[in-house]
Amino acid sequence: MSNLTDAAAEAPNDVKMETRGVNVYYGDNHAIRNVDFDITDRSVTALIGPSGCGKSTYLRALNRMNDTIYSCRFEGRILLDGENIYDRSVDPVEVRRRVGMVFQKSNPFPKSIFDNVAFGLRIGGEKDKDVIAERVEESLKGAALWDEVKDRLQSSALGLSGGQQQRLCIARCLAVWPEVILMDEPASALDPIATAKIEELIRELRENYTIVIVTHSMQQAARVSDFTAFFYMGELIEHGKTDNMFTRPSRKRTEEYISGRFG
Amino acid sequence: MRYTSKDWLLAGLTGVSLAVILLLLAVLLGQIVWHGAPVISAEFLSQSPGADMVSGGIWPAIYGTVFMTLLMTIAGVPVGIATAIYLTEYASPRSRIAKIVRIAVNNLAGVPSIVFGLFGLGFFIIFVGGSMDALLYDDTTPVWGKPSILWASLTLAVLTLPVVIVTTEEALRTVPQEFRDASLALGATRFQTVYKIVLPNARGGILTGVILAVSRGAGEVAPIIFCGAANFLPYLPTDLRDMFMHLGYHVYALATQSPNVDAARPTLFGTVLVLLVLTFSLNLLAVIIRARSRASLRS
Repeated sequence: MSNLTDAAAEAPNDVKMETRGVNVYYGDNHAIRNVDFDITDRSVTALIGPSGCGKSTYLRALNRMNDTIYSCRFEGRILLDGENIYDRSVDPVEVRRRVGMVFQKSNPFPKSIFDNVAFGLRIGGEKDKDVIAERVEESLKGAALWDEVKDRLQSSALGLSGGQQQRLCIARCLAVWPEVILMDEPASALDPIATAKIEELIRELRENYTIVIVTHSMQQAARVSDFTAFFYMGELIEHGKTDNMFTRPSRKRTEEYISGRFG
Repeated sequence: MRYTSKDWLLAGLTGVSLAVILLLLAVLLGQIVWHGAPVISAEFLSQSPGADMVSGGIWPAIYGTVFMTLLMTIAGVPVGIATAIYLTEYASPRSRIAKIVRIAVNNLAGVPSIVFGLFGLGFFIIFVGGSMDALLYDDTTPVWGKPSILWASLTLAVLTLPVVIVTTEEALRTVPQEFRDASLALGATRFQTVYKIVLPNARGGILTGVILAVSRGAGEVAPIIFCGAANFLPYLPTDLRDMFMHLGYHVYALATQSPNVDAARPTLFGTVLVLLVLTFSLNLLAVIIRARSRASLRS
């Protein structure tokens, strides 16, 4: 299937994460079937497909969040900068510091805005108050939230609007300086304006981070992503540059899904 | 909406049961306050009972009850909370050990309290205390292997354990999974997640459960009959190996063992009133903490 793979994605220097022979099971349910896929550094990769196709499961495999689900079993290899994150010697906690995650439902802690962003730093052992304050500001700016909250850093994060909460979660994720950011339908619960802000933010973050985003919205995938991977029934059907995928999909299934005939 | 005859029937039955419950409570509390309140005085609260048990005060019983309750809390609550944390945060949902522990906890909750008393006598006093004596002393007079406030408190700690475990588990389960996911995704270890996110968010629920368990334990008499409560002991326990007086047990002693039961009645009611005030204030504290933690979650 090398004709389906984009030349850019194959250049070794550009590959941030490689997944090889990945299978994920939930009990008897074979949720991900033999996925080989490369994620390009400093780009946005969109995972699309109908509900239950396994795209979220695949996403959660990339930072070992599936480890927290007891019935979940993983086979295969996922390499981050060439190192297998499922190797016995690798601590999943370390993996999650390098591969951050933003969830579908914004989930700020019931703490102040400042403490939310500082959480990852503090548990990472950072004690210097000036460093923490600096990183919090930097992260909030990185998530395009600083101007809206700089005067109320000590008030509860739960007082923010839905879109602000989601950007706070992105800021919280940025604060630990991850290399890769996984986003699981980050805008699905937001109104169009808040969604537009998140999408703009994703395009900005691409400069410095590798982003993998699961989305239900074809338009969103087309707007924000450089690469797109189409999952169906736990299999990776097709992947490539987003422009090519949306204009000239090579598989019939992909074309049907993108044009809205099912899903 | 118009009531049908069945609705009226249901409403009527509900009303009757409400009235019965309120009436019972009113009669019970009314009796106790009516007969008990006149006895309450500074002397009654601060003095030791006289030789006839009726005259004098009940200070040793108040002191003993509070001391025992504190010991019981220190011994039982940490174990209960740790067990609940293990069951909800660490054990896999299909873990056999967790299943066995849960079954054990549920059965423990159903054991009559007098059985705990026998357990305390057999296990703590005779087995643990007796073994300690055999190991530490040559003498045959028991030092540890006799009823004392220590063994009574430990027995009650075992009695309250299931309540602490179950309510703590419930409190931990009310913490949304999303908080745990967010914490883990930021590179927190499981322990950091429990310590920094789960426990602070479950604090109100855990405290409420703990206080209710403690207030139940504070008023239990049956388990401590064999384990350390004294009939009449006009001085305060200063050592863990001392016996002690207890408000609930004092009530039992006054009602059944005083030379003149009729003369003892006012003291009896006074003691009951003090015991009720102690446990009710614990319950009130629990209600306040629960209300506060709910309010802080909403804001």
